[in-house]
Amino acid sequence: MSAIKAKHQRLVLVLIALAALIGAGLLAAWALRNQASYFYVPSEFAAKPPELGRAVRLGGMVEGGSLKTEADGVTIRFVVGDGKARVPVTFKGIVPDLFKEGSGVVAEGKLGPNGTFVADNLLAKHDEKYVPREMKDMTAAQVKQTVAETK
Amino acid sequence: MHGFANPARFLRLARWITPLLLVVGGLVSAAALAWGLWRAPADYLQGDSVRILYLHVPAAWLGMWGWVAIAIASLAELVWRHPLAAIAARAAAAPGAFFTALCLITGSLWGRPAWGTWWVWDGRLTSMLVLLFLYFAYMALADAAERDGGGGSRLAAIFGLVGAVNIPIIHYSVLWWNSLHQPPSITMGKSAMSGEFLIPLLVATVGFSCLFGGVILARMRAILADQQAEARLRRKAMVRDEA
Repeated sequence: MSAIKAKHQRLVLVLIALAALIGAGLLAAWALRNQASYFYVPSEFAAKPPELGRAVRLGGMVEGGSLKTEADGVTIRFVVGDGKARVPVTFKGIVPDLFKEGSGVVAEGKLGPNGTFVADNLLAKHDEKYVPREMKDMTAAQVKQTVAETK
Repeated sequence: MHGFANPARFLRLARWITPLLLVVGGLVSAAALAWGLWRAPADYLQGDSVRILYLHVPAAWLGMWGWVAIAIASLAELVWRHPLAAIAARAAAAPGAFFTALCLITGSLWGRPAWGTWWVWDGRLTSMLVLLFLYFAYMALADAAERDGGGGSRLAAIFGLVGAVNIPIIHYSVLWWNSLHQPPSITMGKSAMSGEFLIPLLVATVGFSCLFGGVILARMRAILADQQAEARLRRKAMVRDEA
């Protein structure tokens, strides 16, 4: 009888300890939710611009039609948006392969005095979708039809 | 579960399940990798570099499941004092660490062409690296416990439970915090991944999971054999001393 009791006591103790631990972990993660983010999004930039000259990362979508190459051929300008705010960015150098309009980007650099973000490094951020090349321009219905036809 | 409290019974079962899992796992993994490398299509955005997915994703999942196994075994050891629990937890540590390292290495190789960097300190990558260090710490602790006669085994079990806090952090890191790593493609009943990628990925996961299970069982058998050999030596030494 006492063996069963000891077992239950241990189970309750371990469960209480686990609950406290998970609570502490969640609280820590909650407190870290700003600090642990890898980059700021444009709306955060708009609400609370970083100090001029401080190194920060800006992440968002490269707006379609905003990508322009300067006359020198190596400097590019584009606009990063998150649907709520937009930040113009300039960058001089080689861009990653996956960097393109309508795709995600993380720019490392500083906010310039004229409100333009001067990036010294670009990282391409892709989304969670994986689609074969042949199907990229098809809608879901077209894909279904093609699959049905080839069966 | 207490039917297996007797190691002899566990060993009888493990003797034929271990090679079965290893052979099936090896064949299925090889087939899935071949499928992924040659038969599966290229991604519209990433091209052929997407094929590392079939190694990276199962490695990530198993690296995390390895610690879940350690946590469950640690709970069984602390609460029910199951005699095989500590052995199972110790056996899961090295293969779990292997898959975590494989995930970090393949992820780094994939990050260079996809993101333009080998490594960033974002939430997902950092929490996965922490998992690898937790594995190292756990292995050191469990080995030390073994050396001083199993007295510290409970300490390792507590560490196994505490370390489990990192698992949900890894999972939610891409949802809680902005990160360079994309959110999960496969969530409850939904997939943002086309079937052409998803099916070989799931087959690879089944294959690697079988290998993982087979290695854990083989290691458990090795640890049990080690303990038996040691006990026999000790008995012999005692007989000699008395004579």
